[in-house]
Amino acid sequence: MSGIDSKRSSINEAASAWLERAHSGNWTEQNQAELEAWLTESSAHRAAYWRLEDAWSHASRLSALRAPSPQPAARRRFLPILARTAAVIAVCSALGVIGTKYLLSPETRAYATGLGGHKTVTLPDGSRIELNTNTVLRVAANADKRTVWLDKGEAYFQIKHDAAHPLVVFAAGHRITDLGTKFLIRQDEDRIEIALMEGRARLDTDSASARARSTVLTPGDVAIATADTMSVTQRPAQKLANELGWRQGQLVFTETTLGDAASEFNRYNATKLMVSDPAIARMKINGTFPTSGAEMFARVAQHILQLQVVRRGDEVVISR
Amino acid sequence: MTEKAPETDFDGVESRRAEKVVTSSQAKAWFVREVLPLEAMLTRFLARNWRNKVDLEDFRQEIYAQVLDAAETKIPDRAKPFVFSVARNLLVDRFRKEHVVPIEAVAELDTLNVPADEPGPERTAVARDLLRRLQSGIERLPPRCREAVVLKRIEGLSRREIAERMGIAEQTVSDYIAYGMRILADVLYGESPELGSGA
Repeated sequence: MSGIDSKRSSINEAASAWLERAHSGNWTEQNQAELEAWLTESSAHRAAYWRLEDAWSHASRLSALRAPSPQPAARRRFLPILARTAAVIAVCSALGVIGTKYLLSPETRAYATGLGGHKTVTLPDGSRIELNTNTVLRVAANADKRTVWLDKGEAYFQIKHDAAHPLVVFAAGHRITDLGTKFLIRQDEDRIEIALMEGRARLDTDSASARARSTVLTPGDVAIATADTMSVTQRPAQKLANELGWRQGQLVFTETTLGDAASEFNRYNATKLMVSDPAIARMKINGTFPTSGAEMFARVAQHILQLQVVRRGDEVVISR
Repeated sequence: MTEKAPETDFDGVESRRAEKVVTSSQAKAWFVREVLPLEAMLTRFLARNWRNKVDLEDFRQEIYAQVLDAAETKIPDRAKPFVFSVARNLLVDRFRKEHVVPIEAVAELDTLNVPADEPGPERTAVARDLLRRLQSGIERLPPRCREAVVLKRIEGLSRREIAERMGIAEQTVSDYIAYGMRILADVLYGESPELGSGA
């Protein structure tokens, strides 16, 4: 059962096979990438998958069928574990009679954005997680536990604090435990950056290297960790706010080098900006652009900075 | 764009409308919110105008693909007239290819008067009947398949746990769940009772 047979006669069947697999309890980042590739292939694939996914998400409400109240949504909170177990047993023994209130074990759900994507996930407790471009994260949340894995990319967390059940984020071998918090985690190839906007969070590195450490971050703190180093610095509030510009679909540059600005755009767009000359790459710029505005940015470079801009396929090359 | 408040679906995933560019998640949110609730009406429309029921699923997929292609460039102002004009064009195209144009079909297509896209009765009907539909979808499943779906969606067991509990192969669990997913979607949106026995 090596997975999805792409030669299936019906797109609908293929889509249901993907969706089943995504919910099978055995879903990797690799699988997610394969699914996204399949979705990207055609709008028919997307339509079929989204349709099934939406219906399946509603199906969780089957648990409310036997609820005495006509407003199941308001009541689907948590029963004591014993009652839940009893309800589940009742379901299992009288198949077709659907009476449990909530899932017994936290179901892990994966969320992903493509290039230029932006998505907000709201947890049952009202906490919100915003995914920036090209990001994959998984969430397991129920009454007892809130766990998030940031597999790649960048996400902004606004967490409803619950001292008894702190939310824990795992990212690149680090553990971030919220202590009532708004924070940003950005994972690049060789480093991870955690910026704390409000509240407090504890950062533990699980790295096997001798100096595994635990740090409490306070507002304005930015922790930057690579495979074997970790540093915490303070960053001005305005600068932190700029780093969250993507939440409004914007990139805010202040004294940013052209090279860094180009890499920022490249995180969001299929068209890649290339700065050919190191001397140009060090030029500093200010400005605010839409994340999708790589070409607008190139035009600004052309007309204001008087640079050459040449388009070659999916690349826009900026040179002197 | 007219909407400012974020839209949240039942999974807590919301999409924000940006200035010009339609992101995939925006197109998806629109599709789920505006297009899927039209499916029952669309299915009836197609069934009235096309004799061969076997083709309906293909038609629906083709229509959704075209609708989505358009929405990913620009979200149509009103979903219903847009979806039905795509459906109409597809039928006309098929009639041409078959070289047989049933007169009554053309007459109906020409007079097709799609009402404005107010909060239509179909959308509220879907919301109100959600549980009833889901229940009838569950009841329509074969017993073993239903057992697997309940263990999966209500109890949240993994594929392997369901296989162990039911004493069947994991692949069989996958097939049951995937089948259940298709039936639930058909019952929830398509309201085509004959789909249950067919296939």
